[in-house]
Amino acid sequence: MTVKILVPSGVLGLGFSTDALTTGLLRQPDIICIDGGSTDSGPFYLGTATSKYSDAICRTEWKQLMKARDQLKIPLILGSCGTCGTDNMVDHIYDMTTDLAAELGQNLTIARIYAERKNEDICTAYRDGQIQPLAAAPPLDAEKIERFSHIVSLAGVEPLQEALQAEADIILAGRTTDTAVIAALPLMRGMHPGASWHGAKIAECGAFCSSHPATGVILLEVDKDGFTVEPMAAGAVCTPHSVSAHMLYENADPFILHEPGGYLDVREADYTALDERRVRVEGSHWVKTDPYTVKLEAASLAGYQTSMLAVIRDTHYIRNARIWADKLVQICTDKTREALGLHPKDYDLQIRLIGVDAALGKWEQTITTNKAVEIGVLVLITADSQALATEISRLVNPYLLHLPLTDNEDMPTFAFPYSPAHSERGAIYEFGLNHRMVLDSPTDGFTVKLDRV
Amino acid sequence: MTRLGDLDIKIRSKNAGPFWITADIFCQTSPVYDRLCASITEHLIAACLDVPADSIMRFEIEKLYVLKFSIPRPDIQGSRTDRDMHGAQLALRLAEIEIKD
Repeated sequence: MTVKILVPSGVLGLGFSTDALTTGLLRQPDIICIDGGSTDSGPFYLGTATSKYSDAICRTEWKQLMKARDQLKIPLILGSCGTCGTDNMVDHIYDMTTDLAAELGQNLTIARIYAERKNEDICTAYRDGQIQPLAAAPPLDAEKIERFSHIVSLAGVEPLQEALQAEADIILAGRTTDTAVIAALPLMRGMHPGASWHGAKIAECGAFCSSHPATGVILLEVDKDGFTVEPMAAGAVCTPHSVSAHMLYENADPFILHEPGGYLDVREADYTALDERRVRVEGSHWVKTDPYTVKLEAASLAGYQTSMLAVIRDTHYIRNARIWADKLVQICTDKTREALGLHPKDYDLQIRLIGVDAALGKWEQTITTNKAVEIGVLVLITADSQALATEISRLVNPYLLHLPLTDNEDMPTFAFPYSPAHSERGAIYEFGLNHRMVLDSPTDGFTVKLDRV
Repeated sequence: MTRLGDLDIKIRSKNAGPFWITADIFCQTSPVYDRLCASITEHLIAACLDVPADSIMRFEIEKLYVLKFSIPRPDIQGSRTDRDMHGAQLALRLAEIEIKD
């Protein structure tokens, strides 16, 4: 007995090969699973409870997957709806799904799984010692917890299995681990636990574990002893190297993967090529941990930002860009104190020199300013209000345009690419939790809601 | 001295969650892998990136000829001071590490 899982791509909205999906459906999978979220694009999406991807693209892809599901009458799971997996994003995808169901004439049982947590509940858990820091966690206190704009807990397989047991056709989950979405069904049907989790990790980015990552579609077959992985696109292959290398991807530890309720240990996993395109893996272990814990994610408001961009083309200034930028910050800091009565700790003014060290900062060691044709001057101002950030940008404006390197030289005029020179970037957010929380039961706090449409 | 990026290798780096960054050095041959295992230590990486050596996780993955490093992000992903949201430029800095011939 095996469980076959079709994974169309690493995330809804990223695209997949329609031909590869068609090929995958011919293999009679038991379920279609896809992830919808990540923290990888930064704290803004969780901070604002919004999605990174285009609604129109997601709708097109989701429609294809709903049709694929209907063809085989198998369950379809979307994990971490709308990038951040907040409750409103689950409802947003639910509305999209009901709309598409009407358009396609489908009658469906839809399960929604909510994973958002209330600040006061997290505060209580924190005071009760139920929240533990993970490695490199930021400092935490009750006041900080109260300020988070959104907190989500990453669901494990159990809430998903509850929805599968209720015979949901489509499961729309809030924040889940990428792997839980895929591991839920094979674990429910008694397949090898290590293989279920390990196979899920290998398949969670779709065809990333193959020679053709952009084609998306992967077929995972889990049984009582191990799993087999096979790409669905014509010409794509999985090799022991491409599959085992995926354990390194976005994992701090390549051998141990912490999941809700336990961890996966792949140190003894054996990867074998079954043929030119399929890889068989056995020997991975799942180790249950007690008590059951889930990881938490949260973001909070970190101020309001206004940015400016100028371009330096003058060789004299290119050669002395750092000195010039430091002088500009010093003058503007003094002016801000004089004119607005603000201390530097009350706001943040940064200059990033594009063409010098904008990407690497203090890690940059290559000096290229003598060769650069031009340098971009990116000014970032963050303050407690948008109005204040923009007021500071107006104060910076004349210096950014005209500041001479020394007092006894002509005033330069740099290139401003647009008017106004400043852009209001709005609210910005920061991640605040790298912690896990002890649960009384694996479904504690994850609400499953069923609807028939 | 030889620049790491001039050897027969591929390097990639990426976030491992918002608080960690991880880099994988894929060696194409066993001699290159052995050479890097011997020369690229936590201390070398720590000195290069100005982070504490004891905060670095280092893995030798012989089956793949991969040397892997993970470090806590000095600037948390997306924080005001972060310059690279996805953490992929670290690989380019590591390629510039000089190792003894």
